[in-house]
Amino acid sequence: MTTTDMPRKADADSARAVSRKRPRAVGGGLRRAVPATTLLWVLAAIYGLPVLWFVLSSFKPAGDLFSLPLTILPHDPSVSGYKAAWDSANFSQYFINTTIVCLIATILTVGVSCCTGYALAKYDNKWLKVFFIGILATTMLPSEVMLAPQFLVVRDLGLYNSLAGIIVPAVLTATGCFMFRQFFLTVPDELIEAARIDGARELSIFLRIMVPISRPIMLTLAILSFQWRWNDYIWPLLMLNDPEKFTVQIGIQSLVGAQNINWSVVLGGSVISMIPLIVVFLVFQRYVMNADINAGLKD
Amino acid sequence: MTKRAPDVSASPPRSRSKYTLAPLVLIAANVVLFALFFVWPAVIGLVYSFTNYTGIGAFQFVGLDNYQNLFGDSTFFDALTRTLLYTVLFVPLNFVFSLLIANVLVSKHAKGVSVARVFFFIPWLLSPIVVGVLWRWLFGENFGLVNYLIEKVGGSAVPWQSNADLSLMVVVVAASWAWTGFSMLLFIAAIKNVPTSYYEAAALDGAGPWRQFFSITLPSIAPTSFIVILLNTIHGMKEYPLFASLNNGGPGTSNNLLVQYIYQTGFKAGQIGYASAASFVLMLILMAVAIIQLMVNRRVENR
Repeated sequence: MTTTDMPRKADADSARAVSRKRPRAVGGGLRRAVPATTLLWVLAAIYGLPVLWFVLSSFKPAGDLFSLPLTILPHDPSVSGYKAAWDSANFSQYFINTTIVCLIATILTVGVSCCTGYALAKYDNKWLKVFFIGILATTMLPSEVMLAPQFLVVRDLGLYNSLAGIIVPAVLTATGCFMFRQFFLTVPDELIEAARIDGARELSIFLRIMVPISRPIMLTLAILSFQWRWNDYIWPLLMLNDPEKFTVQIGIQSLVGAQNINWSVVLGGSVISMIPLIVVFLVFQRYVMNADINAGLKD
Repeated sequence: MTKRAPDVSASPPRSRSKYTLAPLVLIAANVVLFALFFVWPAVIGLVYSFTNYTGIGAFQFVGLDNYQNLFGDSTFFDALTRTLLYTVLFVPLNFVFSLLIANVLVSKHAKGVSVARVFFFIPWLLSPIVVGVLWRWLFGENFGLVNYLIEKVGGSAVPWQSNADLSLMVVVVAASWAWTGFSMLLFIAAIKNVPTSYYEAAALDGAGPWRQFFSITLPSIAPTSFIVILLNTIHGMKEYPLFASLNNGGPGTSNNLLVQYIYQTGFKAGQIGYASAASFVLMLILMAVAIIQLMVNRRVENR
């Protein structure tokens, strides 16, 4: 069972609709396959080329980057750009910092969202409904809108210039709470009632039964959360002023924002920053592709 | 749960609401975070927008001065109109390409769909900063591949960086490219939900692929189309990192968008009060968009 949350009723029919489509596929023939496949791969090439050019360029030695004629493949491939980025441009430190932020923030986000989503789905109190509306309201006021006041609050809490200042405000996400709520709504109440009759306590029902069955949602949210935190730019930019604490994105931007851009280092650093997300994505592809990311606004 | 029995007898019919402690424990962490990082900033942001606060020291209430100054501030208006222009260009371009690709990906005749899908999806994984760097590398005026190819076929170098409008166009294309993966997923889910019988009936009546697309697919996925447009509108209105790395809001300040304007007045110039007022204008725009979305969502759910 691939359990993904299905907020809209129509989604529940999707599996059926797809399986009904299958038989038609047999009678297409080569005549129709050629144009469709050509179009698909022309588009894929257009979308893939910028990344390909970027990655291939990053293997050129700094001296060859601008030498004409430009060649697609590097003449003598080198990893000097990567080396320079990793060592002298301090990307090793940025990488560690970003990894710490991503891992802690993701664990906290998944845990807290799971608890909140379960409470919102399975308990029926007035104040829970009010809180749910409050959470939805956070999607209307993204942090871009509250940059200055949020900055002041975090500064007053003593979190300025610390990684905690990036992690803690990012833990609450409407998308996460909403995903878990939608999932737990699909879990039958009878399961909880049965456990209650057996004398299980409320929180142990949650921890022993509900947490394990929500694993697919946890993974989906974990991937999303990891991506959000890895790609965060503006908030870490405000929070951190010590270069030792910079995240990868700030590191890249500080190189690109310089008067004379050292493209060799920028290319190396950028490609390094792409690797973790692409690896995570390729490993967990189906959790992202199946997720109904419609469940909330991107946070 | 015998010890809670008395509560039940006090209010018999509502069986679920007898649990107070458990849900309270479960939401506690998020309630604290919500209060600290949402309610508190929202309130002081609103208050500061009526003051001349600079981030430190005392401040005075200045009434509606900030808002009045804002409406007379040509830099603010430039940022606002540029943001709207960017959104108006980005949303349709992204829409057309995502819809086209989603349709090709669900087509039964195309081969290699699962591999090709990854190509469309990878740009969405990249951070806006990296996307900006990538397109800057591609569209560099003196060194970029695009200008190199243009010159190769006999054209003259295009000022992708020094012309404000061309520079904006590059960002629009880059953003549409990066966001295709997201919109495409929504479209794929929606297209798969259209009942196959519609297409079969249309095919029997002799409708070709184009007719089927415009008469069946497009109307059937209308709710999703609407959501894609709204999500992308919100996304476009608060874009900043992509500009920061692609052209740094330039040339000059010609492509400074609202968030960059807020960031610069609030943090570079230290006018927290004034920046808060600008934030609230952005908030009103986003809120209007979000309310439209909620209304449409409700209508869709009620169907």
